[in-house]
Amino acid sequence: MGTGTSIGRVRGLGSAHEGVKHWWHQRLTAGSNLLLVTWLVVSLFRLPLWDYRALVVWLSSPWVSVALILAVVSAFYHLRLGLQVVVEDYQHDFTRVIAIVLLNFYAIGGAALAIYAILKVAFQGAVA
Amino acid sequence: MARNPGRPLSPHLTVWKWGPHMLVSILHRATGTALALGGGVLLVWWLIALSGGEASYARFVDLMTSDTTGKLNLIPAVILIGLTWSFLQHLCSGMRHLLLDTGAGYELKKNKVGSISTLVVSIVLTLFIWIVIFFHGAL
Repeated sequence: MGTGTSIGRVRGLGSAHEGVKHWWHQRLTAGSNLLLVTWLVVSLFRLPLWDYRALVVWLSSPWVSVALILAVVSAFYHLRLGLQVVVEDYQHDFTRVIAIVLLNFYAIGGAALAIYAILKVAFQGAVA
Repeated sequence: MARNPGRPLSPHLTVWKWGPHMLVSILHRATGTALALGGGVLLVWWLIALSGGEASYARFVDLMTSDTTGKLNLIPAVILIGLTWSFLQHLCSGMRHLLLDTGAGYELKKNKVGSISTLVVSIVLTLFIWIVIFFHGAL
């Protein structure tokens, strides 16, 4: 995006005023979800048990906790983009603004809670 | 945007002959919404329960499973099986969309086979995963 002439500043942005960024990020995170969530499912099924101790040991490995944090970021960003389109299709005017604000709160809040919980287990280990 | 009721609506859903591509398209949105809300809340809940320690995780497991058999309760089982199918349907349909984005697969026959196969794969994999879980004995 140019910062000079006025045509340079708007070129490539189209009628949505943000170009194809939304569309492209939806596809990018679709790809990263495909990799990360498939890893999560396979990794969980490779565990012999799903009790507390086994899950804490599993989540304490940096390979698992970092991959899970990336999965959370990717999935919550993807759902933020996807639900935005749903809201924009069915809600208009004032309710649309409210719905998009709530969606942002949900996506950022949910991801923050999940990441905090993952890090707490990873750093703290098992707690009685 | 306020619509002028005096003007006709462009006919859409009601005038077309139904095809599997329409069902799969609607399911992509429905399963995506279910995953975003149901799956998101459940994932965060599970992680918070786990991070709270052994007692807090035991409360989570206690809520989801039966005291006598240790198996999943009916409502959590329905939700989890539903989310598993939603995930797999959204995954298959999403990969179909990535393929369609390249401009491939719009021929009538190919499009029909593609959309039906997302349903077949998602249902078969859901059954497979849950049969494994129930015989695995972990739940």
